[in-house]
Amino acid sequence: MFRYANPAQFMRLSGLVLPWISILAAAAFAAGLFLGFRVPADYQQGMTVLIMFVHVPAAIVAETAYGAIAVASLFSLVWRHPLADTAARAAAPLGAVFTALGLVTGSLWGRPMWGAYWVWDARLTSFLLLLFLYLGYIALWNAIEDEARAARAAAILALVGAVNLPIIKFSVDWWNTLHQGESILSGQIAPVFLWPLLTMALAYSLLFAALWMVRIRTEIVERRARSLMQRAG
Amino acid sequence: MNGPFASLVLRDLKLAARSGGSAALALAFFALVATLVPLGVGADLKLLARIAGGVLWVGAVLAALLSLDRLYQGDFDDGSLELIALSPLSLEQVALAKLVAHWLSTGLPLTLLSPLLAVLFGLPAPATLVLFLSLLIGTPAVSAIGAIGASLTLSLKRGGLILPLIVLPLLVPAVIFGAGAVTSVLDHLSNGALGLLAGFAAAAVLLSPFAAAACVRLNLAG
Repeated sequence: MFRYANPAQFMRLSGLVLPWISILAAAAFAAGLFLGFRVPADYQQGMTVLIMFVHVPAAIVAETAYGAIAVASLFSLVWRHPLADTAARAAAPLGAVFTALGLVTGSLWGRPMWGAYWVWDARLTSFLLLLFLYLGYIALWNAIEDEARAARAAAILALVGAVNLPIIKFSVDWWNTLHQGESILSGQIAPVFLWPLLTMALAYSLLFAALWMVRIRTEIVERRARSLMQRAG
Repeated sequence: MNGPFASLVLRDLKLAARSGGSAALALAFFALVATLVPLGVGADLKLLARIAGGVLWVGAVLAALLSLDRLYQGDFDDGSLELIALSPLSLEQVALAKLVAHWLSTGLPLTLLSPLLAVLFGLPAPATLVLFLSLLIGTPAVSAIGAIGASLTLSLKRGGLILPLIVLPLLVPAVIFGAGAVTSVLDHLSNGALGLLAGFAAAAVLLSPFAAAACVRLNLAG
């Protein structure tokens, strides 16, 4: 992990990897959409089951992104990893957008399925909270002027908010909720639906990785530009 | 009880009493919220009794938020925070002392006022008792998590609105359990809401000094 701590090293490695990840992401999306449109109609949901392939991967990436921010914050606070702050800051707007996407697609799915655009059950509430946690995190970064101090304050906030993640994950087990319970890891989902879902999840993850890398690279280049401007006076 | 911890608590209490009475301000805000909601929602007492738990809990949280930005800011601005950091107390103990003082000057008065405001909502006596207990248990969590937010937003020039944005999402479990406890009494159910609230509050009060101290250290070093 510390091998990539050098920004120049990171730029070189990510420059090599980024095109491939982008191509893989596009391929995974194509495969996922192809598999998705070939599924049979669900016995209960009909063809609206297709929303699952857009909604569930968004939610998975939204939560994983926050987890990544929490881990990066830990690296920043404890081991003082130089690129960790940049990585965490870069991931936050992406995570927020995926959360919003998950909320909107879930809401659109809920209307035909449950008859309601929104219910205040545990999973939806804690997922909405995740959006607010992202917004607070982004706001804190933008509010503190000193970069180093902003990085450490944001890292502390990210770790405090990370408590929400297990709550989202396990909320459907702990409380009787309307939201679908655990069905992927428990093997309850039918294979014909599982494969498109996994492919789309892979596609979303690769997309997130590619965008994340682009944002980190941009931040590094911006910093270089700023220090060059300062030296030029 | 005359050690540095107690003197810090007393000092903060005296400051709170002097600085335009933050307790009185919070109480007035709480009472205003409890007045405005029935005016907005309508005079149906049955409806008001059902929403009383939630409304009073939200009102208490918002009222406690009002005094949060003064928790560290005043001491930071005039340099007292640096002197306090040099005291024999660790920064975690300082954070805990300030947390205790904040609760005594804000959370506790709000809790004591709540049965009176419950009357405005026509809340029956058993539910009022549970409301009182839930606020008694839960307001320390509000002070604890608020302290984390206050120390994070220390020395922010435009800090005003970001503090609620950070603190309120983290306070959601307290509101859910606290208000849920009250509503469950109305339905003659018993859920574990008060117990869950107590667990949440205990965790918040125990962990908050560490986070707040880390943030204070961060801001003092800068």
